[in-house]
Amino acid sequence: MRMRYLVALVAFALACGFALSSCQPKEEVPEGPITIEIWHAMTGKNGEMVQALADQYNASQAKYVVTPVYKGSYSDTMNAGIAAFRADQAPHVIQVYEVGTATMMSAKGAIKPVHELMKEFGHKFDPKIYIPTITSYYSTSKGEMLSLPFNSSTAVMYYNKDAFRAAGLDPERPPETWPEFFDVAKKLKASGMEGGFTTNWISWIQLENFSAWHNQPFGTKSNGFDGLDTELVFNSPLTIKHFQTIAELAKDKVFIYGGRENKANPLFTSGQVGMHFESIGGYGNMKANCKFEFGVARLPYYPDAPGAPQNTIIGGASLWVFSGKANYEYRGIAEFFSFLSLPESQAQWHQNTGYLPITVAAYELTKSQGFYDANPGPEVAIKQLLNKAPTPNSMGIRFGNFNIIREIEDQTWEDILAGKIGIEAGLAKMVAEGNQKLREFEQLAQ
Amino acid sequence: MTGQYEFKSKWLPYLLVTPQMVIVFLFFFWPAAQAIWQSFFLQDPFGGRLIFVGLGNYSRLFTDPLYAYGDSFVVSVAFAACVTLVSMVLALFLATQANKKLRLGSFYKTMLIWPYAVATMVAGVLWLFMFNPNVGVIAWFLKHKLGVEWQHLLNSGQAFLLITIAASWKQISYNFVFFLAGLQSVPKDLVEAAAIDGAGPAKRFWRIIFPLLSPTTFYLLVMNLVYGFFETFPIVHQVTGGGPGKSTSILVYKVWRDGVINLDLGGSSAQSVILMVMVIGLTILQFRFVERRVNY
Repeated sequence: MRMRYLVALVAFALACGFALSSCQPKEEVPEGPITIEIWHAMTGKNGEMVQALADQYNASQAKYVVTPVYKGSYSDTMNAGIAAFRADQAPHVIQVYEVGTATMMSAKGAIKPVHELMKEFGHKFDPKIYIPTITSYYSTSKGEMLSLPFNSSTAVMYYNKDAFRAAGLDPERPPETWPEFFDVAKKLKASGMEGGFTTNWISWIQLENFSAWHNQPFGTKSNGFDGLDTELVFNSPLTIKHFQTIAELAKDKVFIYGGRENKANPLFTSGQVGMHFESIGGYGNMKANCKFEFGVARLPYYPDAPGAPQNTIIGGASLWVFSGKANYEYRGIAEFFSFLSLPESQAQWHQNTGYLPITVAAYELTKSQGFYDANPGPEVAIKQLLNKAPTPNSMGIRFGNFNIIREIEDQTWEDILAGKIGIEAGLAKMVAEGNQKLREFEQLAQ
Repeated sequence: MTGQYEFKSKWLPYLLVTPQMVIVFLFFFWPAAQAIWQSFFLQDPFGGRLIFVGLGNYSRLFTDPLYAYGDSFVVSVAFAACVTLVSMVLALFLATQANKKLRLGSFYKTMLIWPYAVATMVAGVLWLFMFNPNVGVIAWFLKHKLGVEWQHLLNSGQAFLLITIAASWKQISYNFVFFLAGLQSVPKDLVEAAAIDGAGPAKRFWRIIFPLLSPTTFYLLVMNLVYGFFETFPIVHQVTGGGPGKSTSILVYKVWRDGVINLDLGGSSAQSVILMVMVIGLTILQFRFVERRVNY
């Protein structure tokens, strides 16, 4: 009996929530400057740069005050945003990591797409000024931008030039193809290193970027851009061959596993392996921690794969605008987004954080300022993104339940390396379990 | 308890317990009811869509290999049992030793209590540093001196061992304090009388001291199991992240991962309801059966 009251009470509370959230925004402009709150997950130097951009914008005009609020990790920030939205206390703008993209998109009624915002509030919005591979990740398949790319990175190869010299290899000629790469890795190991190479982010680098770079589909329906009924298909013969080679090299310690996410970094920075795959966002960290000369190179490719190398895809986060705000607030958000897209803002962000600029103009500006002479790494990453115009296989990945799909991939990869499951069976398991999560998402998001 | 006080007014006692009840309701019953409610639905995180699935969230936990809930359950029980056993046995041993008349006795005691001041998360990080397969001191020693390849990132047995060590190390101090206090309250004359009657140190311990310690032991047993099941989350989060594979994904870690990171609110709620039932069951079981055999 008591339970029924509780249930009724909960239902009542939920109903109230819905009623409140459906209230129409008011258009009475209040006195004084209008606050625009941005919830973000940037720490350290990156957090300071978010504040710096807000300060510059606030100093440039008197109508709006942009207030960045740090909300913890990416998942903390997203959860805070969700909880706030459900309590009708959503901020104006929230930074959401790339794996949350499909969840945000399917949150109907919660989100105001950026292309609509910019159009409604009269901001000249030319999608062509952006670097296509960066904006495509957060756009519909028709090219309508849903969220503003904020901090974007891509996967690159880092290599130890000193170790190359010690192994009698040319430090200015990093391997370009995977066969060359494995050869070099064996030579590095033979030269007395603990191992040849390692990698971060198995899912993001060795599966998602690997597929895009070889212009092969990661999932059907343009990697999920064209519909929720998408299915994973990355267990192609090429991926099987790739994983097979790495797993075999793991037995000889040419490949050393360093952990999930970015946990493999110490293997490279401590000089135990000579080559490593990591986000360009980690460039500053590498500069700070490597006691040797290192270089940045493009991801290797298999020359027998047609179309390779294509272009790599990004990771990072974008800015989403919540719905249900007043027009006078939206006007400010649109204005701030235009400010963020200025070449000067982007170049400043890019040069101070290591994240990639979102416009071609910012890249050109940075180049003309001579930034890449001292920091060649980031330019490698930009060139890799601009290598070719993105295809449906290389625009990005748009999956619901993406976090758990990556988790399944990480777990299964560990089981493969531990010899608990075969390569083909392991990849098939990733695909099958991932598809199950995609169906669950589809059921909810329709 | 005898001698109950009778309230003259009917409403005063209710008024006095109201603040407490409000807190219990707001911070316990309310979220618990919400968890039960949510466990019957599939839910879009933003609350836009709610699909009633009945017991579907529960049945998929137990039938779907993707969730591997049974495995997670077994690992949790094994882990809580190991942590409880290791930390209680070692703490009892250390407490009996520290209870002897020692030069620098209070120094030892302070040192032994120290780890408790370390936050659980930090304890995880400390042990992870030492056992890091690539740069850890102990991992290096094991490899180069003993020929043991330490790779807890891929070896599930080693991963389990590592979280057990880290979690136990932290808990030993807590147990130590209670055991030491318990030992100091054992009447000296009883022990001395037994000694005069010819009981050796081992017999004195098992026949006199240990039974007299049983209230402490019982209390610690409850606290350690609860710790092992529910408070070791930061260690697993920090040290293994549930891996390799899913081998150290204990229940509390899984409930957090599925709810907070993977935004599977229904599945996560169903798991928290199961945890809730477990805690209730554990408490009843212990107070019903274990407490009866305890001498106070």
